[in-house]
Amino acid sequence: MMRRVLLFIPVVLAVALGIVLFAGIGKDPTHLESALIGKPVPVFELADLQDPDTIHRDDIFVGEVSLLNVWGTWCPACRDEHDDLVWLARDEGVRIVGLNYKDNRDLALEWLDSLGNPYALSLYDPQGRLGFDLGVYGAPETYVIDAEGVVRFRHVGVVTPQVWQQTLQPLVERYGKGG
Amino acid sequence: MYPELGQFSLILALLLAILLATVPLVGAISGRDHLQAFARPLASGLFVFVAIAFGLLTQAFVTDDFSVAYVANNSNSLLPWYYKFSAVWGGHEGSLLLWILMLAGWTLAVAVFSRRLPSVMIAQVLAVMGMVTVGFLLFILITSNPFERLLPNVPADGADLNPLLQDFGLIVHPPMLYMGYVGFSVAFAFAIAALINGRLDAAWARWSRPWTTVAWSFLTVGIALGSWWAYYELGWGGWWFWDPVENASLLPWLAGTALVHSLAVTEKRGVFKSWTVLLAIVTFALSLLGTFLVRSGVLTSVHAFASDPTRGAFLLGLLAITIVSSLTLYAFRAPVVHTRTRYGSLSREIFLLLNNVLLVAATLLVLVGTLYPLVLDYLGAGRLSIGEPFYNLTFSPLAIAVGLMLGAGIFSRWKRTDGGWLGRRLLWPAAFSLVLSCAGLLVYGGFTPWAFAGLLAAAWVTVTTLLDLWDKSGSRHGRWHGLKRQSRSYYGMVLGHLGVAMTMAGATVVSNYGVERDVRMSPGDSAEIGNLQVTFSELGQRQGANFVAQYGRFDISRDGRLIATLYPEKRQYHVQRNVMTEAGIDAGLTRDIFVALGERVGDDAWAVRIQYKPLIRWLWLGALFMAGGGALAIADRRYRIKVRSEQPATGDSRSRGQDEGVAEAL
Repeated sequence: MMRRVLLFIPVVLAVALGIVLFAGIGKDPTHLESALIGKPVPVFELADLQDPDTIHRDDIFVGEVSLLNVWGTWCPACRDEHDDLVWLARDEGVRIVGLNYKDNRDLALEWLDSLGNPYALSLYDPQGRLGFDLGVYGAPETYVIDAEGVVRFRHVGVVTPQVWQQTLQPLVERYGKGG
Repeated sequence: MYPELGQFSLILALLLAILLATVPLVGAISGRDHLQAFARPLASGLFVFVAIAFGLLTQAFVTDDFSVAYVANNSNSLLPWYYKFSAVWGGHEGSLLLWILMLAGWTLAVAVFSRRLPSVMIAQVLAVMGMVTVGFLLFILITSNPFERLLPNVPADGADLNPLLQDFGLIVHPPMLYMGYVGFSVAFAFAIAALINGRLDAAWARWSRPWTTVAWSFLTVGIALGSWWAYYELGWGGWWFWDPVENASLLPWLAGTALVHSLAVTEKRGVFKSWTVLLAIVTFALSLLGTFLVRSGVLTSVHAFASDPTRGAFLLGLLAITIVSSLTLYAFRAPVVHTRTRYGSLSREIFLLLNNVLLVAATLLVLVGTLYPLVLDYLGAGRLSIGEPFYNLTFSPLAIAVGLMLGAGIFSRWKRTDGGWLGRRLLWPAAFSLVLSCAGLLVYGGFTPWAFAGLLAAAWVTVTTLLDLWDKSGSRHGRWHGLKRQSRSYYGMVLGHLGVAMTMAGATVVSNYGVERDVRMSPGDSAEIGNLQVTFSELGQRQGANFVAQYGRFDISRDGRLIATLYPEKRQYHVQRNVMTEAGIDAGLTRDIFVALGERVGDDAWAVRIQYKPLIRWLWLGALFMAGGGALAIADRRYRIKVRSEQPATGDSRSRGQDEGVAEAL
């Protein structure tokens, strides 16, 4: 009799697993938190978007709280958030570092010319190398990076005024004071 | 009109599948032969209608019918014709149709090649496969119709196939992989039929074995192709990323490997029955789980299809019904009493049991690693992903243990092996393997514990396998006669195990002794990597069918002698505007040289990634050996002789024809 009970173990395990999987459905997997939260920005060396001869390193984040915005001209959602980024940089005075991700330099420059440039500084990462280290799997993504260059938050998807007010602004202010 | 015909034939296929799932089963339960006899024709009809649907979808791709939404999303008029064929399975809907086509194909194969099975058994097996097919046909018709139209606003051109998929890899990798996944449905169906009958005997194991081996071989090749594709196409130069979807294919492979071995014990010795039948169910369940993970959007991965909660929920429902019902059936019907066959504590049974334990442990490990983030999230403990370090630390020791166990197990005997005898037997191979692995360490220069352990395991498997072959082939009539006397299934085992050793050696050496350098280079610059000189000699442009590429010319030389010229590219695709990296690879049996063009870092300077990958080809070659071993094993005479005894011989030449023999054996 006992042995027969043992044979039920697989089905019990399967049901338990099923419940967990069911809970996973419909949850947006893009809310995956970055493994880098609380850690410094990965070491990188990337050319400037506007000026290919200038090389930027990870020290560009030291000294001031920044948003790191991952974008590309191939990404329609980036187009949607662009006006809001321009507004953020101009009216809210946020320092935004752009990471032009897996893109083409000429197309990217054309885009910034016609739509406005919200970025204090633009990194050019056509290979997606920094993106790979950051764990980016799509654009747009926006990271909050504190004045010591430590990643504090990752937002996947479009930045809207609402996202700014409810999520990003409190963080920027908090780390702005602390740093 | 053709797309509607495609959908119509899918609906007809669904009706036939429903009949297949019920009529033969009723016949089997009530003992009515004429109802059982419906099984084979229904299986054929099912295949025909699924094939028609698949053909019509292919036709929509080839003729650029962008009124079909799936075609418009995954193709473009500029796409080269061969990619238009493979684009059929480049997205969720079409790849699901391919899945179903394979399922129908396997069902048909069972119907055709199992003529010597009792008709009750075949009716039940086909009915179970019919049930699985019903589920998937419902899934495709309700949630993922590939024939959906974009009417009346037909797009002028398609959105193009993802450039990552515009590759030879897409043509071969998914079909092979799906053949493997779906092939395990046969072992599953046999297991369920045996549970219903209560006939879990040696005959059941014998029937299941060749099917399982074939499916396993396909899966092996499919995984190896995927690894090879990632290596040259993703531009990272890695061969395994422990990505959730890679893991999803590894899970059924590990369980399937255990199943192949445990079936052997059940067939030969009649033991481990409950265990084997559980493995058969679990292996197919893991194949389904893989399908679910990729298509439901619960995990993120480079492979994931666009996520859609409806599909996820439907698929999970399907998964739940299949797995829960089969495991419940298992819980009630599996035999609990131990069979009377006795085996000692050092018998071959025990070695194979340990092999199973290790493989199942590895399966659980990968399963936990893959699902742990989901479980944590469910418990509200936040999201995280588990990366390479976890797997490297935990998976490698298990792999090495499997290798060490394998070498010792080869010499063990059924029922009982004398410990002292086995110890003496293994002494020389152990010493020889030790020497071999130390020699390997000297050649590659540098000792690390992992490199040593990996090489030792690989050498150990090779030495013991070959020694066993040498022992067995001893004959009074000379070596050649002895070698000829061995059965094909024995050679299959030898080949498969040598493949394991090759893959182990390749993985160990490339992980421990591979060299990787990122350098900034302008045309004219040189870089050193190991004893190789890499010169960036020129930069050029070329026009592809649907992309423009910038390429670099790199001359690789050793001691002033040119050994290869590589042309890595950066491609810009017109439609989706993605930039893709095409690495330049000089492939060789002992090493690959890999050059990839990174981003442009100055007016004419580029970031260049140069890698030296010793023995990397052995990884995939080993997998081919394993699959080849599987193919040899099912070509064994004992599967053929039975067939011949039932069919009129049509001449000597025919009965000796290997391929026909193999086919009939199935």
